[in-house]
Amino acid sequence: MSSILSVKDLAVRFSTPDGEVSAVNQISFDVEEGDCVGVVGESGSGKSQTFMAIMGLLANNGKASGSATFRGEELIGMKRERLNKIRGSKMTMIFQDPMTSLTPHLKVGRQLTEVLVLHKGMSEKDARARAIQILDRVKIPDASRRIDQYPHEFSGGMRQRVMIAMALVCEPQLLIADEPSTALDVTVQAQILDLLQELRRDENMSIIMITHDLGVVAGLCNRVMVMYAGEFCETAKVSEIFHDPQHPYTRGLVNSIPRLDQSSETRLIAIPGHPPNLQRLPKGCTFQERCTFAFDRCIAERPKLTPFAEERAKSCHLKGFDSLGAVIR
Amino acid sequence: MSRGEVILTVKNLKVHFPVVGKGLFGATRQLKAVDDVSFDVCAGETLGIVGESGSGKSTVGRAVLQLIKPTAGRVVWLGKDIAGLSRDKMKPRRSEMQIVFQDPLASLNPRMTAGDIIAEPLSTFEPGLSSDQRKARVQEIMAKVGLLPQMINRYPHEFSGGQNQRIGIARAMILKPKLIVADEPVSSLDVSIRAQIINLLADLQKDTGVAFMFISHDLAVVRHVSHRVLVLYLGKIMELSEAKALLERPRHPYTQALLSAAPVPDPDIESGKKRIVLEGDLPSPIDPPSGCVFRTRCPIAQAKCASEVPALETRGAEEGHLVACHFPS
Repeated sequence: MSSILSVKDLAVRFSTPDGEVSAVNQISFDVEEGDCVGVVGESGSGKSQTFMAIMGLLANNGKASGSATFRGEELIGMKRERLNKIRGSKMTMIFQDPMTSLTPHLKVGRQLTEVLVLHKGMSEKDARARAIQILDRVKIPDASRRIDQYPHEFSGGMRQRVMIAMALVCEPQLLIADEPSTALDVTVQAQILDLLQELRRDENMSIIMITHDLGVVAGLCNRVMVMYAGEFCETAKVSEIFHDPQHPYTRGLVNSIPRLDQSSETRLIAIPGHPPNLQRLPKGCTFQERCTFAFDRCIAERPKLTPFAEERAKSCHLKGFDSLGAVIR
Repeated sequence: MSRGEVILTVKNLKVHFPVVGKGLFGATRQLKAVDDVSFDVCAGETLGIVGESGSGKSTVGRAVLQLIKPTAGRVVWLGKDIAGLSRDKMKPRRSEMQIVFQDPLASLNPRMTAGDIIAEPLSTFEPGLSSDQRKARVQEIMAKVGLLPQMINRYPHEFSGGQNQRIGIARAMILKPKLIVADEPVSSLDVSIRAQIINLLADLQKDTGVAFMFISHDLAVVRHVSHRVLVLYLGKIMELSEAKALLERPRHPYTQALLSAAPVPDPDIESGKKRIVLEGDLPSPIDPPSGCVFRTRCPIAQAKCASEVPALETRGAEEGHLVACHFPS
């Protein structure tokens, strides 16, 4: 397998009236062809900003540094014209709220064909045929009629399908999905996740799934990267994250979610405290204040993301946890 | 669980909103947000109310509190029908039934300190208290919900989301109510904070015997907190039962679909799971389907479902497990 996206020492900083805020702090990772990578984190963990930076979509006060290459081509600092050729056709992104990502006064068909005419140089007629085909593909019933409707005539789930259709028209190699199902009802979320699963299988597309919902990750992804305070705290294969998490934060997350398949008599094991203020990060480990296992070294020195097994890495000074969950120092 | 004394009985509750038709002479139609709903709540119990957006779950909660006037039906609170009571007559009841909202920051006055927000119900209902007594009561409840006494003079924007939700809970609890309607109290919180708030609500219930109507779209959370669960679809009850029975042996096809759609944070379960994917979206509550409202999306619907509204009955299951379906499993 070869890397489709390769990120090295990526950092994102925002200048705000209260000073500089470091949202993403020197992270590195690779996405292989056909991968489905889950990026899990809470609000403010930097999971969205990482990919906004890669897509060149940072807000005006944001600045990205480091390197992110798509098929060997450097994206950070790339000229806008070249970037526009890549994003939208080879690498696309869909967002949480489909209504705000669609233009309300343009018919859905127009929003789909625009990309085809622009990127693929198709004629309007061919583009329209292709757009109907793709709406069919994302299972919008009666596509040839609905292509002439406006976004407000679609339900939330249907709008998200339109977004996915827009992302797919140019057959991208990489789809970045930022909480694509969070705003949707569970039954509609299930439809969207099934669709993504199918597209990944049939079109051999790589997917990056940004989410706070570990359940979504469990069903869709083969690899998971857990973010906390702008850094990765653990990266692993999906089964390892759930069955043998090695970072105290990952363990806390997995233990703190109520589960449908577990009896309700057990008390949830909550992670104490709340996520840190990015402007006042401690010198040592960013998770130290909430960690039950923190010791001297965690306060003095920030741990680096270090590989410790095949395809596994964590940033923690502890040796790890044994199969019974006891800490090994 | 042996059930306590019934404190709230809702009988044939209907909440219809008039929708003005199109054009100058368009007929006004009725949006049936809640349509013929009956249930009761016992002292010290948690009744979970699950449903997708538009199912009427929030409207049920608000109609019980008379924040929305019911169109028809009875709301019997401690033996007295309060449906349609005037503001003045309702006021003394308000100290007995309170609400906690989804978005903690939006539900707190940004210009009041935490202490003033929490004390406000006291100044309305116990105006005779001296300022020292009031402060003591505020500090007592702050300690109970896990806020530090020195936070009393801070403003909502200085708190995190989880802390603001604690303020909202303290405000609801300070008058020692018998019932709290908790409308998606953890949905807007970060995953690592949710468990803290869920545990807090459980502790408060154990200490004070308060009953909860816990409204949520998240089945796993509802399973964890509820003694009994009520499933709403398009303003009607589909299934009502003790939590364990409903979630382990769901009888209504809608409950089954909801359960199978909810992602479980375990890749082994997710990969082997057969999802019942419902087709389409929720029909419009202005023009609901005839007969059973779920039939348009139901995988087992038959002719009878279109002509006859199924009553909410035991239908051969253990007592207290009610289902509104002609063909329950």
